Amino acid sequence: MIVEMNNIRKRFDKLEVIKNISFGVDSGEVVSIIGPSGSGKSTLLRCATFLETIDGGEILYMGEKAAYTDESGKAVYVHQHELHHFRSYCGLVFQQFNLFPHYSVLKNLTDAQIKVQHRTRDEAEETAMELLGKMGIADKAQAYPYQLSGGQQQRVAIARALAMKPKILFFDEPTSALDPELTGEVLKVIRQLAEEKMTMVVVTHEMPFAKAVSNRVLFMDGGVIVEQGDPKEVFDDPKEERTRQFLRVFER
Amino acid sequence: MTLSTMLSTMAGGMLKTCGIFVLTLVGSLPLGMIVALLRRSRFTVIRGIVRVYISVIRGTPLMLQLLVWYFGPFYLFHWSIRGWRFPALILGFILNYAAYFAEIYRGGIESIPAGQYEAAQVLGYSKTQTFMRIILPQVIKRIMPSVTNEVITLVKDTSLAFTLAYQEVFSLAKQISASQTSFMPFVIAGVFYFVANYAVEFAMERIEKALNYYR
Repeated sequence: MIVEMNNIRKRFDKLEVIKNISFGVDSGEVVSIIGPSGSGKSTLLRCATFLETIDGGEILYMGEKAAYTDESGKAVYVHQHELHHFRSYCGLVFQQFNLFPHYSVLKNLTDAQIKVQHRTRDEAEETAMELLGKMGIADKAQAYPYQLSGGQQQRVAIARALAMKPKILFFDEPTSALDPELTGEVLKVIRQLAEEKMTMVVVTHEMPFAKAVSNRVLFMDGGVIVEQGDPKEVFDDPKEERTRQFLRVFER
Repeated sequence: MTLSTMLSTMAGGMLKTCGIFVLTLVGSLPLGMIVALLRRSRFTVIRGIVRVYISVIRGTPLMLQLLVWYFGPFYLFHWSIRGWRFPALILGFILNYAAYFAEIYRGGIESIPAGQYEAAQVLGYSKTQTFMRIILPQVIKRIMPSVTNEVITLVKDTSLAFTLAYQEVFSLAKQISASQTSFMPFVIAGVFYFVANYAVEFAMERIEKALNYYR
């Protein structure tokens, strides 16, 4: 298992956003998470990438505990420098890209490699150019984010995350902020990564994409995983009424 | 008194005005950043102290503050204030401008979207790296117009040094005008302030342009 999340609970004040969720992702697996907005999908990703702290449960990366629940029932995280090490295992692609506007595309990809992972500039640039080539935007290396289309920006963001060589990459609705005609180019890149056996978890509303690319689909609603399994089964023959209801909205 | 003697007499004052200006900026631009960061401290006590400081500084006249810094040590502790004039002046200016700059910085820092911090965190940047490499450069670009405003105000505020009888250009203009019964010193002072601010505008515009390589 690359990542394992057991009995995760998370609340914002009174609102319980995640109610005892457990799930794990194996190496090379592509998991899609679908569900209505407010179902806790994004929060789950943010907990997995340490942007939010869990209230209960445990998080393991590569079998090592990053967070666990102590005897008093409170979630405890490992120390700061160890957490840093866990952070390097995972990457996150945001809905809003969140590129650094004052850095060129190339620097967006190399800066963290050099400053965080202490690679040499040559090494970092080689990795960056290789990834930009793969994303089909090698010619944009010297451009600034504002000069790119949304689809190009998101591909830069994916390349930036990959440049850190994470063991697993999380996507938080990667195409939701894009114009419809630009979603294809981003989905194509993710599909390509799936073919290369990159371990990924994708929160998405692109049902045909989820069905075609993922090995497993999770349907979340109200802070719980309502149903999960093989994408064909979940999409074509959902067991739960709530799943059926949700999917009906997406049919035509 | 001929115009040229007037000019050469006032030249020393102009130099002193420039001195106040430069020292105030050198002190208050960095100090303002420290104040802004303390204003956002997670400790309530520190936040409270800084808030009171900013509130008092903004709520009282700079002229009064200068008098307090200069005469305060004498009235409060009966210390000798010989040689204290210039230090008190600079201290008063720096503490005053730091408060204003702090609020400008704070506004700039708070205008940076949370996504920038989150992206940096996920990539593994430390808190210091995130601030210095990702946040601060964007803050500087955003606050340039407000900083320009404040710097221009400072050029004119240096004239408040006359309250402590410090012989900068405005004090001299008043003295010479009175002794020579001439309007000319005020014209010279006016032209000096205007030219100084023209230079400030020019310089700041260049900086803003240099930062226009991204949006």
